[in-house]
Amino acid sequence: MLLKEGQVRIPSGCAIAGILNQQGEGFDGGKIISCIANMHQRSNGLGGGFAAYGIYPEFKEHYALHIYFDCKETRANCESYLNKNFNIRLQEPVPVRKHERIKDAPIIWRYFAQPKEEKLAYEQLEESEFTARAVMHINAVIPGAFVASSGHNMGAFKGVGYPEDMGEFFRLEEYKAYLWTAHGRFPTNTPGWWGGAHPFTLLDWSLVHNGEISSYDTNLRFLQMYGYRCTLQTDTEVIAYSFDLLMRKRGLSLDETIHVIAAPFWRDINEEKVKRLRRVYASLLLNGPFSIIVATGNGLVAVNDRIKLRPLVAARKNEFLYVASEEAAIRVVESNPDEVWSPGGGEPVIGLLNGREKLLDIPQCNGPAARTA
Amino acid sequence: MARSIMTPAFKIERDEDRCIQCGVCVRQCANDVHHQDEDGWMWVDDEKCVACQRCAVLCPTRALSIKEYPIDFRSNQHWTSPTIREIYAQAESGGVLLTGMGNPRSYKNFFDHLLLNASQVTNPSIDPLREPMELTTYLGNKSQNGSEGEKPQLELDIPIMFSAMSFGSVSINVQKSLAAAARELGTFWNTGEGGLHSDLLGYGKGAIVQIASGRFGVHPDYLENSAAIEIKIGQGAKPGIGGHLPGEKVSQEVSRARMIPAWSDAISPAPHHDIYSIEDLAQLIETLKVATRYRKPIAVKVAAVHNISAIASGVVRAGADILVIDGFRGGTGAAPMRIRDNVGIPIEMALAQVDSRLRDEGIRSQASLVVTGGIRNSADVLKSIALGADAVYIATAALLALGCHMCQMCFTGKCNWGIATTRADLTKRLNPIIGSRHAINLLTAWSHEIKEMMGGMGINAVESLRGNRLMLRGIGLTREELDLLGVKPAGE
Repeated sequence: MLLKEGQVRIPSGCAIAGILNQQGEGFDGGKIISCIANMHQRSNGLGGGFAAYGIYPEFKEHYALHIYFDCKETRANCESYLNKNFNIRLQEPVPVRKHERIKDAPIIWRYFAQPKEEKLAYEQLEESEFTARAVMHINAVIPGAFVASSGHNMGAFKGVGYPEDMGEFFRLEEYKAYLWTAHGRFPTNTPGWWGGAHPFTLLDWSLVHNGEISSYDTNLRFLQMYGYRCTLQTDTEVIAYSFDLLMRKRGLSLDETIHVIAAPFWRDINEEKVKRLRRVYASLLLNGPFSIIVATGNGLVAVNDRIKLRPLVAARKNEFLYVASEEAAIRVVESNPDEVWSPGGGEPVIGLLNGREKLLDIPQCNGPAARTA
Repeated sequence: MARSIMTPAFKIERDEDRCIQCGVCVRQCANDVHHQDEDGWMWVDDEKCVACQRCAVLCPTRALSIKEYPIDFRSNQHWTSPTIREIYAQAESGGVLLTGMGNPRSYKNFFDHLLLNASQVTNPSIDPLREPMELTTYLGNKSQNGSEGEKPQLELDIPIMFSAMSFGSVSINVQKSLAAAARELGTFWNTGEGGLHSDLLGYGKGAIVQIASGRFGVHPDYLENSAAIEIKIGQGAKPGIGGHLPGEKVSQEVSRARMIPAWSDAISPAPHHDIYSIEDLAQLIETLKVATRYRKPIAVKVAAVHNISAIASGVVRAGADILVIDGFRGGTGAAPMRIRDNVGIPIEMALAQVDSRLRDEGIRSQASLVVTGGIRNSADVLKSIALGADAVYIATAALLALGCHMCQMCFTGKCNWGIATTRADLTKRLNPIIGSRHAINLLTAWSHEIKEMMGGMGINAVESLRGNRLMLRGIGLTREELDLLGVKPAGE
């Protein structure tokens, strides 16, 4: 029997795309769907998905939890955990439409929740760390439940299928987001599992990724020291947690973080500080081919591995920033961009909402690190 | 005097048709095996032969060959020839059996049961001829948060260093060869517990200086004139016991380097007499850090023994910046044979367990992990790194590069290759310029091989291989062994 994602490590090739409106004005999912659909051959129907930012303005103080369940008993089980730990303002099924090519969808609900004060006091944690641990707890400990996304004013919509079908299934034309990312997956050996599709998310982070990290086990075993539980055994999960550790927990800037994950060659490093970062976080160098788009509520960064073994193209048109695996995917939605370029290895494309200075607003972090509950 | 009840171990065959009676063999053999009378007639004393091959290699007409003695005992699977010989030797001498170099027994070699990965299709392999391939490695405590400064680090251009071999156990020309090679290669050599010979003062900054239980040659300049300091607690070839350099090897030069009287035995006690527990080790580490004003990493070397994980955790928590583990295949200039062959555990197991344990405790970043003891080639180096090591030390392989022929008689001081001796006439047989060239060649060749294999795995920086056990698969291992090593079986 084929093992599902999480029981076995599955490498995959892929297509990625992202669109940001830097003014923060929302636009519907049609554009990103066209973009990713144009790279149809880069995926094989075993995974597709989207992350959308700015879609829940009326609940922007709440953690929006998108959760997949394999059956209603699992949902009951998970909800009792949620109710113990969170105040839930609204819970409802995520609206979907019937689609001839989307099969075996799980039960998909969303919860707008805030950690209970008394739980935070008891655990001695600030709320983001508390929520991150809760997400990892659900994924690791409640069989059949999977948290697809857990950030503020954002959500992930993903599953097994081609991304354009997934977009229709999730009725993405009904959402308005200022930032969309998308992913079409070409896994090399998987029965397909909804949780394993991209984007991968944690709190406000979302990540779409094309590539296979040769340093996977080195990265994974380093992250495990800091309490991260990598339940999916995917490269993407490891990349997302690397960003989380470096930026949220260690307080590194985006620039510093890029210097860690796509470190320049020693001979090209002149600054002592950059050398030090590479030494200290040697185990978080992501080695091997990748192009990724990491997004938060503040914007996105797209970056390649340090010797650019995967494609990545960027373009600008007025307040719009586009990034994608192929230029064709951008041209299909913006035929006349002001600027198109192909960033070099380890050279990030950064797009932030106007007025934002950082990719991540870091809350006061009082916990030393996530630990196994 | 009556002959020994033993037949000789080796038989020397001289092809009389080839021999030109030049006498090279007579002059080259420090064991007095070869003789030539006034008429030019050659004869041999096989009993003294140690099979070091010096005569056979230097014979200009290839007239000599050395064989195991044809039939020494009737074959027996239990009472093997070495077993019987050892009993004869002890019956004649009443002594502890001495030997040199590492454990030669047929214990399972885990390196030979591990296979490396390579990229196909889903990610590209990287060609080291076209793309940079980085072997640079830093050793030291890296637990600080990048932006707040850093503890002292050793920078290595290749993740391979020369392990501790003291002046006294090896000749000065061995140290000169390795010190020069280390400088050229961008790595480090280790003084061993023998102080620093005055000829090598210029190589001090490239040296890891050792402090062992005898404290030989330790003084403020010795500590200052170094790259790092290594406290030697134990050695893989002889865990649990100290060292003994016989008085006849303690020449004037050795006496000066070690700061002990000439021609007196140099005895390193089994334990450090100021370290009877872990808290004492912590004090010595701190003392050395203070003495060198926190500018040098402090390494602690221990032998791989049964509860190595707990020991390793203690040593790291005691403040060691570099933890060195020496496996049971580790070499020695002299060790009791029973100890060398029966005490300790394989380095592969010790390494895998220690790396996992330090990670489980969340303290792996506090110290670098260096392993040694039987590393034979570049594949062993790579497998060590994938199991979790930051770097390796080699010693036996380096001596082989310098000409050692593995006769395992280092303790006699009569090394015909000028390696394990302090005799001036033998020492000069090893030319340090040629010696260093060979050591450089060896590690240059290994570096090429490592880069080739890393590229095949799609990895272009050695740190991305460290602890990357998914790059390994076990073959011919039990489930339990696989679990202990933390690797999957081939096929999974």
